[in-house]
Amino acid sequence: MLKLGKAGRHEVKFTLNGRPVSGWASARMLLSDFLRQELGETGTHVGCEHGVCGACTVRIESRAVRSCLYLAVQADGMTIETVEGLAGDDGKLNALQRAFRKHHALQCGYCTPGILMSLTDLFHRMPNPSRVQIEDVVGGHICRCTGYAGIMAAALEVAGQPQQ
Amino acid sequence: MKPYNFDYYRPDTVDEALSLLAEGGDDMQVIAGGQSLMAMLNLRVAMTDALIDISRLAALSYCCEIDGCLEVGAAVTQGELLSYPGLAEIQPLLAKALPNVGHFQTRNRGTVCGSLAHADPSSELPLCLALLGGEVVLRSAKGERRLRAAEFQTGMMETARRPDELIVAARFPLAVPVAGYSFAEVTRRRGDFAIVGLAGMAHNGHLRLGVGGMAGMPAVREWRLKPDQCDEVLNAFAWDMEGVDDIHATAPYRRQIVRRLGRKVLEEAWHAQTR
Repeated sequence: MLKLGKAGRHEVKFTLNGRPVSGWASARMLLSDFLRQELGETGTHVGCEHGVCGACTVRIESRAVRSCLYLAVQADGMTIETVEGLAGDDGKLNALQRAFRKHHALQCGYCTPGILMSLTDLFHRMPNPSRVQIEDVVGGHICRCTGYAGIMAAALEVAGQPQQ
Repeated sequence: MKPYNFDYYRPDTVDEALSLLAEGGDDMQVIAGGQSLMAMLNLRVAMTDALIDISRLAALSYCCEIDGCLEVGAAVTQGELLSYPGLAEIQPLLAKALPNVGHFQTRNRGTVCGSLAHADPSSELPLCLALLGGEVVLRSAKGERRLRAAEFQTGMMETARRPDELIVAARFPLAVPVAGYSFAEVTRRRGDFAIVGLAGMAHNGHLRLGVGGMAGMPAVREWRLKPDQCDEVLNAFAWDMEGVDDIHATAPYRRQIVRRLGRKVLEEAWHAQTR
């Protein structure tokens, strides 16, 4: 049994975007803060910190989840993907990222990493989701810039669905 | 916001978790998916001396059909239950209600039993368990007991779970052959907390309606009527529950949802019957 006291710190190790990483976390440290502050991976954004806005969404064991509702210590041994892992090693954007650029699916970009990770989970499960299925996933994010039209257009293009 | 400090325990077995609860359950919180608890800890509306993390307990990560029920272990997420093979035939109410639970992203982590333990008055899964007459399986170092939904949830975010007990599973009765089931809720936006949630069942000339979001816990009524004869009983049911005024909706609006959407939900359940 793992026991971690209030004053203690635990060495958390997991696979991040295909690479083994580690850092020290107190019991109460959120995964979102661990990624940004311990590992310096600031692509994951922190918005509301109570699971509503979706900006901090990452993929843990392939599933899109809120990293602000997840303790760093819980991530021990997991396989985690963040927005930094989407582009190729040469920095070339992937198809979803290119579609976001083409359709102006972001403006300030604060919500974008979370939405990309949620849609990556959806496309990982099904290559051609319907508009309703995409809406269900995008509905878990708050975007105050785009009005969602560009996000839907980008996702529909990747899904091979008609824009209307 | 960040949570207050707490101790963190990750037991390797259910027995280890039960020993921890037996020693200090009063000051501890069990965490599985944490999709309600972590938000409350972050906002500091909840505090705890220690968290017991049961999310990795393989013994609690199962769904099976047993004794006429679909038994769902405490580590099973809402998303996993939603993708359980044949769920729409095994228990159509769960298949209809689960997409309304939180968002895609929170269903990936939030557990079925965690939702029951949280006992939010407007929550979908406690409503389903109440309508179906399901059970919650509680275990402590002293033994195991099963409580029916109406015995388990005692009020707004209050349950009959004792501090030394762990919810190990929930039991949802399997669909009654030929019965019809339906679910609907009113929310500001999809995925938000329900203002009022309604679950319906039609079977053998009887109509059953469950309502969440009106009072501290779900209420269930059954009548031997057809849907088009239900206006009077729905009105009486709405007044009996009264409904609360809050920032999201007034009590009169909530009662009107019960009258109007209640009728629609009963009609849908009626027509979903297979004769």
